[in-house]
Amino acid sequence: MKINVKNKRLFLLVFFLLFAIHFSLFTDVNASEKWQGVDESVIEKFAKEHGIEPKEPLINTDQGDLLLFVFLIAGVAGGFIAGYYWRELINYKDRNIEKAYLRSKKL
Amino acid sequence: MNLRLKIQDSKLKNLSLFTIAFSLFTANNAHAMHLAEGILPLTWSLIWYAIAIPFVLYGIWRIKVISKHDLSFKPLVGLLAAVVFIISCMPVPVPTAGTCSHPTGIGITAVILGPAISALVAAVALFIQALFLAHGGISTLGANIVSMGVMGSLAGYITFKLFRSIRMNLMISGFFAGLFADWATYLMTSVELAAGIRGEAPFLPLLTQIIIAFAPTQIPLGILEGAMTAGVVMLLYKKRPDLLVKMMVIRPSEVKA
Repeated sequence: MKINVKNKRLFLLVFFLLFAIHFSLFTDVNASEKWQGVDESVIEKFAKEHGIEPKEPLINTDQGDLLLFVFLIAGVAGGFIAGYYWRELINYKDRNIEKAYLRSKKL
Repeated sequence: MNLRLKIQDSKLKNLSLFTIAFSLFTANNAHAMHLAEGILPLTWSLIWYAIAIPFVLYGIWRIKVISKHDLSFKPLVGLLAAVVFIISCMPVPVPTAGTCSHPTGIGITAVILGPAISALVAAVALFIQALFLAHGGISTLGANIVSMGVMGSLAGYITFKLFRSIRMNLMISGFFAGLFADWATYLMTSVELAAGIRGEAPFLPLLTQIIIAFAPTQIPLGILEGAMTAGVVMLLYKKRPDLLVKMMVIRPSEVKA
């Protein structure tokens, strides 16, 4: 069967629906504990059992939505850097093709 | 001229999509697996720093030496450092455990850049996360470098070389390198945690308990990490096999004409 754009979209829709159903139904964890990080569910839990409490970070960005903002900035910055170097490394062939094309046209 | 504009346009589109996708994936609360600030006593913090620093310094020296002869090396390190930073900020929900954790991305750098530079890349990513993202801590930075940068990198690198030495194909070798890099990171984190918090309690039973607690999250996450590592290695093999030859990831004879 040839996969056209419509089939692709349908496939993606079904995939995301199944993914969402899987996440909402197949977890038997209480709402309050749902999707805790392993830092809380494992590391801090064991540390507390042995009488150790984690300290506040040096620069505490874990306040309200500030952490979301910092993560977004980090993601954008990281994404741009990765994208920039990806283009530097991978698209060099495009530049060669372009140069060859321009040479052939004597531009 | 038209072609040039078209190429620039497509590059811009690729770059924008790449950035948007990464920003969306990383915009979330910190669900770190790294040891948080104040979890380890001072003595242990200093011991882990003492172990980590030589690896980081050796990584800096390696970058200086290689980039003298190879102009494409620094962009490669830059790309992979950004990838590791992003991946290690990315919380992934694990339905089997109902928790979140993040892959490390360290298998990718271990395979492509080698363990020393991989340790340096991890150190930079962990330092930024500890300072600005409430992710890990400055006092526990040495321990986190040892677990992710040193142990993760060594496990990934050794696994990859072993699999390649028995003529296993690139994708499978990459997959297992990522898998074991991830598991080794969490294993080492468990050792560091057990050693740091145990007090008078026996070490091995506590270590076993911590490993068992990590397992439901980390076993599936390691598989994801393996798939990601295999994917990146295969992508580079497809797009720039010459880079993989230069980094001695593949043999020249493996490059398709």
